[in-house]
Amino acid sequence: MRLLVRFAEAVGARSFLDIEGSHVDGVIYHGRVSLDFAERIVELGGKVRVPTTLNVGSVDLIHPELFRGTKEHKENAARLMRAHIELGCAPTFTCAPYQSAARPHFGAQIAWGESNAIAFANSVIGARTNRYGDFIDLCCAMTGRAPAYGLHLTENRFARALVEVVSIPDGWDLERAAVTVGHAVGRRCGALIPAIVGLPLSLSEDDLKALGAAAASSGAVGLFHAVGVTPEAPNLETACGGLEPELRLQLTAEDLREAARSLSGAADGAPLSAVSLGTPHFSIDQFARLMPLIGGARPLIDIFVNTSRATLDELRKRGWEDELRAARVTLVADTCVYVSALLKSGAGAVMTNSGKCAYYAPGNLGVEVAYGSLAECVASARAGKVVRL
Amino acid sequence: MSARVFDAVTLVPGVAAGPILKLDEPLSFWGGLDLATGTIIDRLHPQAGANMAGRVLMMPAGRGSSSGSATLAEALRLDHGPAAILMLERDAIVVVGAMVAAELYNLACPIALADGRDWEALAAAARLAIDAGANSAAVSAGR
Repeated sequence: MRLLVRFAEAVGARSFLDIEGSHVDGVIYHGRVSLDFAERIVELGGKVRVPTTLNVGSVDLIHPELFRGTKEHKENAARLMRAHIELGCAPTFTCAPYQSAARPHFGAQIAWGESNAIAFANSVIGARTNRYGDFIDLCCAMTGRAPAYGLHLTENRFARALVEVVSIPDGWDLERAAVTVGHAVGRRCGALIPAIVGLPLSLSEDDLKALGAAAASSGAVGLFHAVGVTPEAPNLETACGGLEPELRLQLTAEDLREAARSLSGAADGAPLSAVSLGTPHFSIDQFARLMPLIGGARPLIDIFVNTSRATLDELRKRGWEDELRAARVTLVADTCVYVSALLKSGAGAVMTNSGKCAYYAPGNLGVEVAYGSLAECVASARAGKVVRL
Repeated sequence: MSARVFDAVTLVPGVAAGPILKLDEPLSFWGGLDLATGTIIDRLHPQAGANMAGRVLMMPAGRGSSSGSATLAEALRLDHGPAAILMLERDAIVVVGAMVAAELYNLACPIALADGRDWEALAAAARLAIDAGANSAAVSAGR
């Protein structure tokens, strides 16, 4: 395809390689260009040639009543999602495809869009993808080929920046440490691959997901190595491939507190209109962490939790859905609060446990955001204002 | 009036000129660019509030969301995008946005890769004209 060849030239690739799968980002509706592109390919009879999953769309097709934007926007967004199904993509509609069965294996060559998914696939799984964007991910899916450059090649996967986490604030949970390290790494490393040392070895996959999502929002991080934790970094020497880092930096507890503050535009005690969890999509393990927190007094404001269809099915099997709804939890599938028109306009800021959501929501939704831990988010929902624990 | 001409590498071909908007940090178009106006809305960005419509955007590198391609293409379709983009590092997400606008709507937003040693001299100009051909690109710095 012409676009893919021109793209390969622009990024400096000399050849193409076969891919095993793709994750397509272009299913979020950004205006007429999104539809014009996808529908032109449908008209031409295009089909994907490798197993392809879909990122979140701009509407929740399972709970369409949640959408508060214009009818035209809703219809176009749904049309875009259907066009991608016609192209042969699986209707997963999740930004965390790696949480489902269709997870790539270590070393797999793939072409993924969605910045957090790219960071997770490269860093936590050890699969190989560049930071593909809208349109080009679909071109790769339809040809089964990707330009052989960047993170597809072993020699480009070594760390170029060394980040030492010297201390973490007392009493912080691992997730908050991961988010703030990610935010700081993205801001200070840009597109350099970081090797991070000094992270707790007990970081869960959800913590690594949060770290990558934050780093891929504040920077262009497509791959990070958490030394002793992620598969291409059993030790620092392996992560760096014998290369001397171009950049060395240390992060102290005070740097991490500063990162948390910079993500929080809303002051402590500020009134909230909603809490949003699940950017990237909440996993079943994160729901398991949430369940014990929601017992007790009913929150004064809604808690939106973004998740995938697959995780929603699992929730139902476990019988958690009713309990969640009783605690003012609105389950959102197929999309995410910060890319869809789901929130009531009006009084108050939005609180989130996500570095990515905190980074983008002020610009995208025009709301003030408070960032906090999962427990702080739930306590704040109960109080209707920003509460620190 | 002699314009100084700098060599550059073509990432997306085209010819364009305009006043400069130099970014001190990379920008994620998605979440960072208001499609309706061309204004930078990433409030943590040093150039937050600046407008890129019709300007030659000097952006050292890309950042953030992989939805940046569609955002740039849609901004170009709405005539609120930059006239051209000059970068110091190749960025897949940025170039695809301009390529798709060219493919679907025949709109040119040339993108060229400048030499880092020329960056400050380029930024000191009032206007830049970019002529990005199939083989090489030239950037003229004017007053």
